[in-house]
Amino acid sequence: MASKSRRSAGSAGQSAVKTGAQIIVDTLIEQGVETMFGYTGGVVLPLFDKLYDAPINFIVPRHEQGGCHMADAYARASGKVGVIVATSGPGACNLVTGLATAMMDSVPMVALTGQVRTELIGNDAFQEADTTGITRPVTKYNSIVKDIKDLARTIREAFHIASTGRPGPVLVDLPVDVAVSKYNAKDSSEMKLPGYRIFAKGHAKQVASAAKAINKSKRPVLYVGGGVITANAAKELRELAEKAHIPVTMTLLGLGSYDQRKPESLDMLGMHGSAYANYAVQECDLLIAVGARFDDRVTGKIETFAPHAMTIHIDIDPSSISKNVRVDIPVVGDAKIILGELAQQVEYQEREDWFKKIAEWKKKFAFRYDQNSTTIKPQYVIEEICRQTTNKAVITTGVGQNQMWAAQFYKFIEPRQFISSGGLGTMGFGLPAAIGAQVAKPRATVIDIDGDHSFNMTMTELATAVEHNLPIKVCILNNGYMGMVRQWQELFYGKRYSKSYLKNPDYEAIAKAMGAVGMTVEKKDDVPGAVKKMLAEKKPCVVDFRVEAEENVWPMVPAGKSLSEMDGLDILERLI
Amino acid sequence: MKHIISALVENKPGVLAHVAGMFAARGFNIDSLVVGRTEDPDLSRMTIVVIGDDRVVEQVRKQLAKIVPVVKVQDFVGQPVVARDLMLIVVSAPPEKRPEILALIEVFRAKVVDIGQKFIMIEVSGPEAKIEAFINMCRPYGIKNVARTGTIAMPRQFKMDIREGQNST
Ligand SMILES: Cc1ncc(C[n+]2csc(CCOP(=O)(O)OP(=O)(O)O)c2C)c(N)n1
Ligand SMILES: [Mg+2]
Repeated sequence: MASKSRRSAGSAGQSAVKTGAQIIVDTLIEQGVETMFGYTGGVVLPLFDKLYDAPINFIVPRHEQGGCHMADAYARASGKVGVIVATSGPGACNLVTGLATAMMDSVPMVALTGQVRTELIGNDAFQEADTTGITRPVTKYNSIVKDIKDLARTIREAFHIASTGRPGPVLVDLPVDVAVSKYNAKDSSEMKLPGYRIFAKGHAKQVASAAKAINKSKRPVLYVGGGVITANAAKELRELAEKAHIPVTMTLLGLGSYDQRKPESLDMLGMHGSAYANYAVQECDLLIAVGARFDDRVTGKIETFAPHAMTIHIDIDPSSISKNVRVDIPVVGDAKIILGELAQQVEYQEREDWFKKIAEWKKKFAFRYDQNSTTIKPQYVIEEICRQTTNKAVITTGVGQNQMWAAQFYKFIEPRQFISSGGLGTMGFGLPAAIGAQVAKPRATVIDIDGDHSFNMTMTELATAVEHNLPIKVCILNNGYMGMVRQWQELFYGKRYSKSYLKNPDYEAIAKAMGAVGMTVEKKDDVPGAVKKMLAEKKPCVVDFRVEAEENVWPMVPAGKSLSEMDGLDILERLI
Repeated sequence: MKHIISALVENKPGVLAHVAGMFAARGFNIDSLVVGRTEDPDLSRMTIVVIGDDRVVEQVRKQLAKIVPVVKVQDFVGQPVVARDLMLIVVSAPPEKRPEILALIEVFRAKVVDIGQKFIMIEVSGPEAKIEAFINMCRPYGIKNVARTGTIAMPRQFKMDIREGQNST
C-alpha cells in the first residue's frame, strides 16, 4: 500500500505533543484507513473535531446499527478492516447487533466507542454504559484505554487482532478525558500481545496425510466456508478442485469462492442447499472441510452428517476443529497456504462414477420454480437480475426467504460478491450492507435483494445512500409476510400465521420522499424492463416487486433431520 | 472426569470476566477457579477445575487459549501434579472435646489459627480429598463456618521426587 506509507509519514511516528483525539486519527491513518463510518455524540466530540479535516472519507449512517453493518460489509467487500465510531451509552449499545453479526461471520472490524470521563466510570454517569462488559461476548477482543500512553498501541493492536488469524470485530473504548489530554512522546510503541498466536502454516505431516487421503478417495467432496474467502484462497481452491477433480459445495458464506457455472460446483449445501450437494455430502467417502465450521444449518442432524466419510478439516481457528464433529485429519492453518500445498501434492483422478452420479442428481433436483405462473415468482426476479448483470453484481441480502433464494438462484463467480448475515441471521443487514459494499467498490453494481420486513428494519439508511449519491439498487421481494416465518408456520404450525403478516408502507413513495428512485412492479411481464431500468439508474433505486405471497423455499431439511431427508424434492421434480 | 487446567493470563482488567463469561456462554461447568499473582507482575495464573469428557475439556482448553489475554493453557490430566486446596474451618470445641480435636488436627497436619472459649479455627491444606475427609471428621463436633479456596496445582518438577501428594489429583 503505497498510499499508506505516504500518508503515515507526515503525521504519525514523529515525536510531538498531541491530544488523544489527534493520536487516534493519526493511528487510523497509519493503519491505512481511508474510509470509516460513525455517528457523533457528547464524549466523541473531541475525536470528531479532529476528523473534521482528516483525509478520511467519513460516512454518517442514520442509526449506529446501520453504520456497523456498513463497516462490516465494507470489510467483506474489500478485505480491509471496517471501522465504526459511536458515542458512549446509547451509541455503543446500538452497535451490539452489528458487532455480533460481524463476530459470527468472522469479519475484520474495529469499533471505537466514546466513554465518560475515567473518574466517572462506574457512577452511572450520563450516557454511561459498561461497553466493554456488554460487548465482550460479541467481539474477538475489547479493551478500554485509561492512559493516553497506551492509546496508539491499543489501536494498533485492535487492527492487528481484527485482521489476522480468524478475523473478527475488536472494540476500543475511549474515555473522553483520554481524548482531550496531551501526550508528548513518540507513539510508535510496540504491540504487546503475549497471548495472541496465529497458526498460519499447516503441519506438513497433516497436509501430507490429507493429500494421501484425497488421492485414495473415490467420492470426495470439498465443503467450503467463508474462511476461504477471508483467506483470499479462491485461486488455490480452484487449483485443488480442478487438479484433483473434486466437486465443491459451499456454505452460505462460502458462495463466491468457486465459480458456480463450473461442472464441479455443487452450489450451496445445508437446510436450503441443493439436493445434489446434500446427497453428495451424505454419500461421499471423504469430506474436505475448508474454513467452515459445521454449523447446524449446514449439517442437519449432526450424528448422521456425512456418515460414510473420513473428514479433513482445514481451519485457522484450532477451536473450530472437532467442536461439532470428530475430525480424522485436522489441519490448523491458513487456507491459502494449505490449499496451495495440497494442490501440489494431489493427482488427477477421473472419478467417473462419482461425477456421473452427481450429474444425474444435478439434473433431477436443480433449483426450480413454476415458470408458468401468472404471478411474479421471487426466484424469477433473482434469475433475471443474475442474467442482466451477467453474474457479476455484488449481492447483499436481508434474512429469510429472500436470502435463501438469492443464494439459490444467483450464480456467483467471484469471492466477495455475496454479502449476507449468515451466522447471526440479522434482518436489516441488506440495505446498510449494500451501502458499505458500494463505498468499498464504487464502480461495482451493488444490489440488495431484500425482504419487505428485513428492509423495514433499517430502511432509514436510504437517506445515507442518497446523501452520498451511491447507486445501490434495492430489490424488495415483497410478499407481505415474514416469509420464512410464514413458511415454518405453514409447515409446522398448521398454517397459523401468528404475527407474521404486517401492513407495509408504499416503498415507491418512501424511496421518492427520501430522494431515491422508486418503482413498483406488479406484473410478471414488467420484471425484465424494471430490472433493466434499475440497473441503468445512477441514483439509489428501490424496486418493490410484489411477488407471490405464499411461495416456499425448496428443498428444505427440517431442523434436526438428516441432510438426505429433504422436503420438497417432489415439487422440484414435478417442475422439470 | 476432573481436569485441572492452568492458564497463564495477562494481568489486566476484564480478563477474569472474559474467562468466566466464556464458560457461562458455552455452558462449561467450573468446579473451582482460583486466580493469583505469579512471579511476573504482568501475569496471573488461573487454576480452573472442570468436569467433563475429553471432548468438552478439549474445547474448554481451546476456547481459553483463543481469548486474547490468555497467554498459555495447560491441562494437567494424566501428569503427576501437586494439587492443593486451603480451608479455614471453625469447629465447636468445648473443653472436654479439645484433646480429641487437637489429636485430629495433629493427624491431618492441620493448624490451629484462632481459639476461643467455645470454638477453634483450624487451617488445613492439602489435596481436595484430605480437606473433605477433615470436614467429615469435624462434623460430629459441630461445624460453625467453612471458607475454602479452590484447587491450585503445579506439575511435579522432578520425576524422582515421590514424596506425599503423588496421587493427589
Ligand atoms: C433482527 C431479526 N429479528 C427476527 C428474526 C427472525 N426472522 C428470520 S426470517 C424472518 C422473516 C423475514 O421476513 P422478510 O424480511 O419479509 O423476508 P422473507 O422471508 O419474506 O423473504 C424473521 C422474523 C431475524 N432473523 N432477525
Ligand atoms: Mg417478506
